[in-house]
Amino acid sequence: MDFLTYFVNGLSLGSIYAIIALGYTMVYGIAKMLNFAHGDVLMIGSYITFVFMSQMGINPIISVLLAAICCTFIGVIIERIAYKPLRGANSLAVLITAIGVSYFLQNISLLIFGANTKSFKSIVTIPPLKLFDGQLMISSESIVTIALCIIIMLALTTFINKTKMGQAMLAVSEDRSASTLMGINVNGTIAMTFAIGSFLAAFAGVLLCSAYPTLTPTTGAMPGIKAFVAAVIGGIGSIPGAFIGGLILGVLENLSKAYISAQLSDAIVFSVLIIMLLVKPSGILGKSNIEKV
Amino acid sequence: MALLDVKKMNVYYGMIHAVKDISFTVDEGDIVTLIGANGAGKTTILQTLTGIVPLKTGKVKYDGKDISHHLNHKLVYSGIAHVPEGRRIFAKLSVLQNLKLGAFTRNSKDEIDESLENVYKKFPILKERSKQLAGTLSGGEQQMLAVGRALMSKPKLLFLDEPSMGLSPIYVNTIFDIIQEVHKEGVSILLVEQNAKKALSIASKAYVLETGKIVKEGNPKELLNDPVIKSSYLGE
Ligand SMILES: Nc1ncnc2c1ncn2[C@@H]1O[C@H](COP(=O)(O)OP(=O)(O)OP(=O)(O)O)[C@@H](O)[C@H]1O
Ligand SMILES: [Mg+2]
Repeated sequence: MDFLTYFVNGLSLGSIYAIIALGYTMVYGIAKMLNFAHGDVLMIGSYITFVFMSQMGINPIISVLLAAICCTFIGVIIERIAYKPLRGANSLAVLITAIGVSYFLQNISLLIFGANTKSFKSIVTIPPLKLFDGQLMISSESIVTIALCIIIMLALTTFINKTKMGQAMLAVSEDRSASTLMGINVNGTIAMTFAIGSFLAAFAGVLLCSAYPTLTPTTGAMPGIKAFVAAVIGGIGSIPGAFIGGLILGVLENLSKAYISAQLSDAIVFSVLIIMLLVKPSGILGKSNIEKV
Repeated sequence: MALLDVKKMNVYYGMIHAVKDISFTVDEGDIVTLIGANGAGKTTILQTLTGIVPLKTGKVKYDGKDISHHLNHKLVYSGIAHVPEGRRIFAKLSVLQNLKLGAFTRNSKDEIDESLENVYKKFPILKERSKQLAGTLSGGEQQMLAVGRALMSKPKLLFLDEPSMGLSPIYVNTIFDIIQEVHKEGVSILLVEQNAKKALSIASKAYVLETGKIVKEGNPKELLNDPVIKSSYLGE
């Protein structure tokens, strides 16, 4: 039973990684850059939710939605100001800028919200699920997190496959010039990608802080990096890859914390990344090249 | 009035002056061809017109409107389609997805389906392969897909950049037959070709480019018999 508990908690943590990884993977696939500030957008989303919910007393669900809308704008503004001018610049310049944006967001939060830890009140208020005569208890946060992750994955997949905007994203991810020739607004499509990723990041932040209720300006940093690892393991650029990578990482982390060592769990997670990069650099669902030249 | 009117176009790649003071027109119902050796600037001209390469100076009028400052993706909405050099199909998407992306600017499902049927009629192989990933098509089939995809936008003016490149003689003939068929359906055409003989034989007006400049223009039938053109471009 212990194992099942750890496993379910791992799935829940993994679902959060998966939602964050989506932002990384979509932006990488479409804008061809690693947005290392993605984890910090999540942190900002949590702070905004905290302010609305705990300080202003607004209904939790509405607080989260407002935070998600704010994050959407923040993501689009970051893209417009920091990344768009670097379109066509070399990728190292873009990477350094992204790291700069990450520190900027952390320090802005430090300035606005202070350094002291905020204790985040869980937005989930339903009671936990008891199974097997109470031997296995699944927290309501876990249930909501896993369910939301599945809903987001299905919705996003449908959006990409069934809508014109989604098809435009696939086109831009493959060939920007050819997309322009189809009448697709490439800059608009990239901005849309940041909007979606940042919108989802706010949810990931709230779910993360509901499960681990301490909020500081660096809250998003480590989950951000782990979600990036998840995206790489799953195959960066692939949406189902983000899902699978996230779940694998979350379960792995929780099981190693439980059975090997709490201190070593991060080391184990990153070792898996290194092994993955050696064995299959394109990730589990990484696209193999089928183009003919 | 010319459908497309380009005046004194200049384009640079950094320090390289790739297109020098080029002026030309495409009238409604024309097949205009630009011919010239490798590196003459033909592709650059088309790419500038559809906003892939920025215009440095010059004026572009389309359908009577000055669009010099609006050379971007929106032109597809006003009826310009471009079959780019090297096909540039979306290899990881299916043939059908590629064709639907060609109709990105259109909304009526019925009209899009009608265009799709029309493209399938011109290129039956695309119908057979509609579910297949475009990257797995043969080179000639990919070229047909590139042309079919451009037709899906229902263009008034079609840019074709070396549609016969890399094709076997049978495919070359097919492609040229289809260009003429599309032309008969009322589409004006600006054709860039290495196969100068073929291009001149179907064109109504021709321009000869040399290192970014127009060195000759006129009636294609006359150019076909011009001794200089014959020796430099027709290999005779
Ligand atoms: N992206 C680029 N950067 C720098 N120079 C370029 C670029 N693209 C083209 N050029 C240069 O501009 C000139 C014109 O090139 P362009 O591709 O327009 O020629 P073209 O007439 O289409 O030739 P081809 O028949 O070989 O396709 C060439 O000298 C080429 O080297
Ligand atoms: Mg060319």
